[in-house]
Amino acid sequence: MSSFDPTADTTPEGAERQDEERRRAAQGEPPFVEAATPESRLAGSLREAAITAGIVAAITLFFFAFRTEIAIGGLELTVRWPVWLSWIAIAFVGRFLLSFFLYRADRTKASGAAKGARGAAAVGLGKVLAVVFLLIALTLPILLDTLFPSQNRYILDLAILILTYVMLGWGLNIVVGLAGLLDLGYVAFYAVGAYSFALLSQNFGLGFWVCLPMAGLFAALWGLMLGFPVLRLRGDYLAIVTLAFGEIIRVVLLNWADFTGGPNGLLGIPKPTLFGLEFSRGEGSFSDYFGLDYSPIQRFVFLYYIILALALLTNFITLRLRKLPVGRAWEALREDEIACRSLGINTTNVKLTAFATGAMFGGFAGSFFATRQGFISPESFTFMESAIILAIVVLGGLGSQVGVVIASVVMIGGIEMLRNLGVLTDFFGPSFDPTQYRMLFFGLAMVLIMVWKPRGLVSSRSPSAIYKEKKKIGADMVAQGEGH
Amino acid sequence: MSAVMVEEGMKGAPLLSVRGVETFYGKIQALRGIDIDVYEGEIVTMIGANGAGKSTLMMTICGNPQARNGQVIYRGEDITRLPTHTIMAKSIAQSPEGRRIFGRMTVMENLQMGALLQDEAYFDDDLRQVFELFPRLRERQGQRGGTLSGGEQQMLAIGRALMSRPRLLLLDEPSLGLAPLIVKQIFDAIRELNQSQGLTVFLVEQNAFHALRLAHRGYVMVNGAITMSGTGRELLAREEVRSAYLEGGAH
Repeated sequence: MSSFDPTADTTPEGAERQDEERRRAAQGEPPFVEAATPESRLAGSLREAAITAGIVAAITLFFFAFRTEIAIGGLELTVRWPVWLSWIAIAFVGRFLLSFFLYRADRTKASGAAKGARGAAAVGLGKVLAVVFLLIALTLPILLDTLFPSQNRYILDLAILILTYVMLGWGLNIVVGLAGLLDLGYVAFYAVGAYSFALLSQNFGLGFWVCLPMAGLFAALWGLMLGFPVLRLRGDYLAIVTLAFGEIIRVVLLNWADFTGGPNGLLGIPKPTLFGLEFSRGEGSFSDYFGLDYSPIQRFVFLYYIILALALLTNFITLRLRKLPVGRAWEALREDEIACRSLGINTTNVKLTAFATGAMFGGFAGSFFATRQGFISPESFTFMESAIILAIVVLGGLGSQVGVVIASVVMIGGIEMLRNLGVLTDFFGPSFDPTQYRMLFFGLAMVLIMVWKPRGLVSSRSPSAIYKEKKKIGADMVAQGEGH
Repeated sequence: MSAVMVEEGMKGAPLLSVRGVETFYGKIQALRGIDIDVYEGEIVTMIGANGAGKSTLMMTICGNPQARNGQVIYRGEDITRLPTHTIMAKSIAQSPEGRRIFGRMTVMENLQMGALLQDEAYFDDDLRQVFELFPRLRERQGQRGGTLSGGEQQMLAIGRALMSRPRLLLLDEPSLGLAPLIVKQIFDAIRELNQSQGLTVFLVEQNAFHALRLAHRGYVMVNGAITMSGTGRELLAREEVRSAYLEGGAH
């Protein structure tokens, strides 16, 4: 402002020029100018990582590096440089990876056509992923046997658990993902399936394979029974009623002690047999018949293939149904109930079939759960289970089959992996028990996924009808809040 | 020409006949004894201001809400108390108010939903006819319904209704929120359907000028009651109609 001339701004031109000058002085260098020689991605990422590491170092210095403990005669200072340094290292590496692979890539990303191409690539990726998942799933017992013979049984057990949730997720996907009916009590059908099998086997001496379809039917029947009172409900109201339904089933199982065993549950549920061959030692067993050495792992492999087959059956039926009128009606119902009725669709039937079909798969999964555990009690069917299944469906992307698989592996496998994270005790001290924080990490993971992908991991939907050429609806077109 | 068709139509029993229909929303009476007739091969329009009860009449014909008193008769059958989906399965199709297309489904899937109750053998033919009527839909067939423009969505809503091979097409304000040029396209398509295929159309509209020019006969609804009726030309010529509905709308 030293060049201020009281006479110059008496004319318009002078005032304008002065104004310009003043503005330039205030601004300095014009912002947003591209660097003449753009630094390489590696150098830039390293620089950003270093800055982040510096900030982390400064912030966490007093929290991680120094620790005071109450001792006799005052406080005792302990210095923990390794902890501090490892956090800095984590910040550095994390930021570097983000900058190098994500943020930089975004800056060069073109919109429009490139976005469409990315959408198409995502579709291709989904297909490839599905095939890869299937191949891994089919050969898993052999893979484990060669790769991790020592942990064979543990991982196989985990795989069975994950597949159970995949199947439950696929079953719930029909109700929530396709038909758009928010069901918070899905675990009720899981419980009905499990108790149906357990009670049938104990009271009538029936085996797994006879009870499996019956359990599915019973669950479907309960699906219809839930469906009738909630036909007129949608959204929040439906969610509350289904939540109550799930609790009613659990409370009945808990209190009807004469019939269900109450809180003690039911014991001694028979194991599945392979055409009458039991997986045990001795005469008439699987290993005896085929002349193999007995190994407890054989039963796990068998259970694994049962749940894999059940899950694949669920997937296959769902995919077929989507292309049939009833499946299309489910999806239309999710979009607009009034439009459905104006097209002559009986929305009552559509809702009931969705509830019944979803419940049936829940029932199948339930009876598998019972035979795997050999013991069931109402404790296994709390609201938490419903919430986890729903979380799998929502995080996977409503209506997406591959999404459910990914979400199940991440959520169930992830929770289980947290048990083994002994590394964390190095940071939080020996008293830190990772299993106690599982739910915290679980919640954190859900929040992160929802921030990163608000419509779920796989948010694109492939059309069920194609006239000439297949086109894909990208996630970017399925905007939040549209299509209601 | 319209007069000829009206007289021809008048001879037989009406395709759709509404007799003394009264509809209530709780205690509020929305329709106060409506009588209308729609004959085979006609375009009949119902004009009226906002809140007159036009859409309520349309919804009452479809059975949601059901009329408290009076009768709705379609091809000699009393459909007053039937559930909506049964009514809509009787060769009646509706393009509801606000279009209500399935936003996340493609154009193709939307059209397929319209044909859900129809024999699959007709599907390819019907699809071709809809695409001939609205070539834009052919171009957009793989696109998600929600990403279409308003006019295209209206075309899709009508096309979806046509896929069920209706004899009677109910249209609720197809011109709502559309540019005049698009409105003209849509009304031309309706006329084309009526002339080439003899489709009977019952049209509820606020755009009185276009609707009365298109329709063979028209009714005017005020506060839940019919106040005037006549051929489209007659109504267009009447002073009360001009002053109430056409001031500023006729150019």
